[in-house]
Amino acid sequence: MLETIIKMWNKYSYVYISGLTGTLCLAAITVLCGTLIGIVLAVMRLSRVKPLQWLVRFYVWVLRGTPILLQLYFFWIFLPRITGINIPDSTCIIIALIVNASSYVAEVIRAGIQAVDKGQTEAARSLGMTGVHTMTRIILPQAVKNILPALGNEFITMIKQASLASVFFINELTTSYKTVASATFRQVESIIIAGLIYLLVTTVLGRILALVEWRMNANER
Amino acid sequence: MSGNQNETKPMIHVENLKKSFGKLDVLQGITETIFEGEVVSVIGPSGGGKSTFLRCLNLLEAPTDGKVFFRGTDITDKSVNIDQFRQKMGMVFQNFNVFPHLKVIDNITITPVLEKKMPRAEAEALACQLLDRVGLLDKKDEYPGKLSGGQKQRLAIVRALAMEPDVMLFDEPTSALDPEMVKEVLNVVRDLANQGMTIVIVTHEMGFAREVSDRVFFIDNGIIQEKGTPEELFTSPKHPRTIEFLGKVL
Repeated sequence: MLETIIKMWNKYSYVYISGLTGTLCLAAITVLCGTLIGIVLAVMRLSRVKPLQWLVRFYVWVLRGTPILLQLYFFWIFLPRITGINIPDSTCIIIALIVNASSYVAEVIRAGIQAVDKGQTEAARSLGMTGVHTMTRIILPQAVKNILPALGNEFITMIKQASLASVFFINELTTSYKTVASATFRQVESIIIAGLIYLLVTTVLGRILALVEWRMNANER
Repeated sequence: MSGNQNETKPMIHVENLKKSFGKLDVLQGITETIFEGEVVSVIGPSGGGKSTFLRCLNLLEAPTDGKVFFRGTDITDKSVNIDQFRQKMGMVFQNFNVFPHLKVIDNITITPVLEKKMPRAEAEALACQLLDRVGLLDKKDEYPGKLSGGQKQRLAIVRALAMEPDVMLFDEPTSALDPEMVKEVLNVVRDLANQGMTIVIVTHEMGFAREVSDRVFFIDNGIIQEKGTPEELFTSPKHPRTIEFLGKVL
């Protein structure tokens, strides 16, 4: 079997690499846009305006309480229908992934901000620092240390979750497996190759993340 | 301190100050004046309202009812920019609350630079001078994580002093310290008192309260049960609650 795998890799590596590129792009776009939206959501959630809080709670409740695959189907069917224009499948799926990620990221950011000791806010305000400066200069720089590792994990989760896009035949690593499998009729081997690539990428990213985290906490040791 | 003519000028005046947390009435109507140059110690049992009283003075805790005047201005008025007044009222906390992500010197300079638009060089010179005063100049480029509890608290004190406040509020500044570090912090507070700084200090250090204070407030059940000079309060307390409390702690 090992021999078959090596042979298949030699012949089809370009398919897998193209798929991996797709996966990494999907994950990067999703986490990046999801983070931007997530920040806005977290700010709304922490604001003193009750309707904004409720809106975000509802959003998070729905998106975290339903399966992501169902959400992908929903956006895939719903977006072209409501806009009336022909949106490419990949766009629908990316939007769905972003919306889903934003709900998780919003919670990560909210938790990261709330984990900063309340005494920090009190100290800053007691010195006469404005609310905005307290947030941007005192709370957020400390919250980032809580948030960044969680965002890194979200990126790794996204790499795996992007495989759901293969249902819609969008170019990513699990779709590559399907392509190669149907070209070679070698199901198991093509799965193993894809799986090994996933493992390699998530392991390397995990190690990088641990290193960054360690560096970031350097001044508190 | 005493005999100073400024002493008659009110610095902070509270009127019928009340604070409730839900159904719990922590402050039940306090009317009192802190005069310029005065050192006031606030003593009393835990949960009696002393910290809440102190935290209401700079509105870190918003009073449920009543007014707080700072040099004659009602700072509970919604139209008042409270940040401006807080700059004039330095506060030191039990848990230090130094900024762990900033170097020692930046802990001190950040607020004057941001809020008073003090030029950075000037702020740094001031910070160095203050750090030198409390024996921390050699730590200026360290992060607070490297400091001991006593050093953190001294940093917190000079951080507040860098705003050039008119009054310093201390909320149990030595309660979270190891015993051998209490002295170094109290020495700094004592120096401040000797230089004529107006001070309100919530403390369990009775000996210190007795030594440095012009007046002592005994707060329990949300009101000032008894007040007077340290002599009056510590040697001949009148209120039964004061007698009971002092009997336990002295």
